[in-house]
Amino acid sequence: MMTQALQVVILVLVALGATLVVMVRGRVRQVVALSAYGIGLAVLFFTMQAPDVTLSELVVGAVALPLILLLTIARVRWRR
Amino acid sequence: MTYFPYLVAAWILACGLYGLVTNRDLIHQIICLIVVQSSTYVMLLATGYVTGGIAPYFSDVPGSPKAVDPVVQALALTDVVVEAAVTALLASFAIQAHKRFGTLDPQDLAEFKG
Amino acid sequence: MTPGQRRVIFLVAMAGLAAFVIWGITGLPGFGRYPGPYGPAILKVAEGQTNATGIVSAVNFEYRGIDTVGEEFILFTAVVGMTVVLRKLRGERQRPAIEEARERAQPAGGTGVRAAALAFTGPAALIGWWLATHAQTNPSGGFQGGVVLATAFLLVYLGGEFLTFRRLSPVDITDAAEAIGAGGFAAVGVTAIAAGLPYMDNYLPLGKVPGAVSSAGTIALISFLVGIGVAAAFVQIAGELLEQTMLVREGGG
Repeated sequence: MMTQALQVVILVLVALGATLVVMVRGRVRQVVALSAYGIGLAVLFFTMQAPDVTLSELVVGAVALPLILLLTIARVRWRR
Repeated sequence: MTYFPYLVAAWILACGLYGLVTNRDLIHQIICLIVVQSSTYVMLLATGYVTGGIAPYFSDVPGSPKAVDPVVQALALTDVVVEAAVTALLASFAIQAHKRFGTLDPQDLAEFKG
Repeated sequence: MTPGQRRVIFLVAMAGLAAFVIWGITGLPGFGRYPGPYGPAILKVAEGQTNATGIVSAVNFEYRGIDTVGEEFILFTAVVGMTVVLRKLRGERQRPAIEEARERAQPAGGTGVRAAALAFTGPAALIGWWLATHAQTNPSGGFQGGVVLATAFLLVYLGGEFLTFRRLSPVDITDAAEAIGAGGFAAVGVTAIAAGLPYMDNYLPLGKVPGAVSSAGTIALISFLVGIGVAAAFVQIAGELLEQTMLVREGGG
């Protein structure tokens, strides 16, 4: 019962998070929102008894994707 | 609760598609594509979940207790990492498009065709 | 097409898709009542057949091994594609890294960040290595371990040492490591054929204790190879993007 309550709360958070990521304007803000959304997903996967996917989502969502996107943003912003 | 997780996956898919169609910036669109892809992870793991099941790791669990489906987890796990590499490829396309045309708006990019 | 029209068309299409998806969802077994035949079947036999206590890794690197080879090569191809797309354009020049580093001002208050980043380098490398080599027993494996291992190199860059980052991960070496990872994985599968076994057959000794580091035969080996390949791929991705951001300039020279 406890698990299910937790799952519902996190599912709602993840749904809101996805909406937020899509609606936020501004590239850097969107990357930060995406990173937070990734952590939300990781917690969701953990409550669904998938620790390995949690780990995968954490390292990719919190490290790899923000890094790739922020470097890309830095590159296209740059002018000389 | 019966269908709620599946509906959340569908909602995430809808959000991502909406962003893909309405945004006019390649980087925003890459991010929306990531959101679309994340809906598949939620869907996969939701279908494989078993109420009361444990994670499929039996190091310190005697006997064979009820566990959730390992196959969908394996699918989602590799896909998460591969997604990041594909994002990098898309990002490099965006960088190159920006270098060549000085814009990241797909509508403007269409005008440069030919 | 104006954005307004685009939105209208999207909403119409979305209504159709939503109807279709909801029709599909209501045909699924409810959440938590998974009836699938494969999962329970694998759960029943996996530990006995492979001596791996982490069943997800057993699925990834053994039962679904050929599919994971495909995933590994998607990763490989994506990085190769990225290197090709980001090749030097006409009229672009790349400044030598040492020159760029000399002109680059250290951000103020950088010492704390530097110290923290460099202090975390060792633990990150260790955790990545540990994750990549313990797939058969823990919720880990080459894919996650590889990304964590790559962050160890990125921390060196965060510590303000782009030159060291480049020296620690020259393109030749990351290229080679990536090829060893992806090629080694495929080769493990092919060796099984050479020995007269089916592709991806687990031909190494499985060990005596389920879940021990030395158990599970090729599962452990493949996980390690995947770890090397993924780590190299992500170091390469980061290096490629950093080079673009910091070294490549327009104009002849």
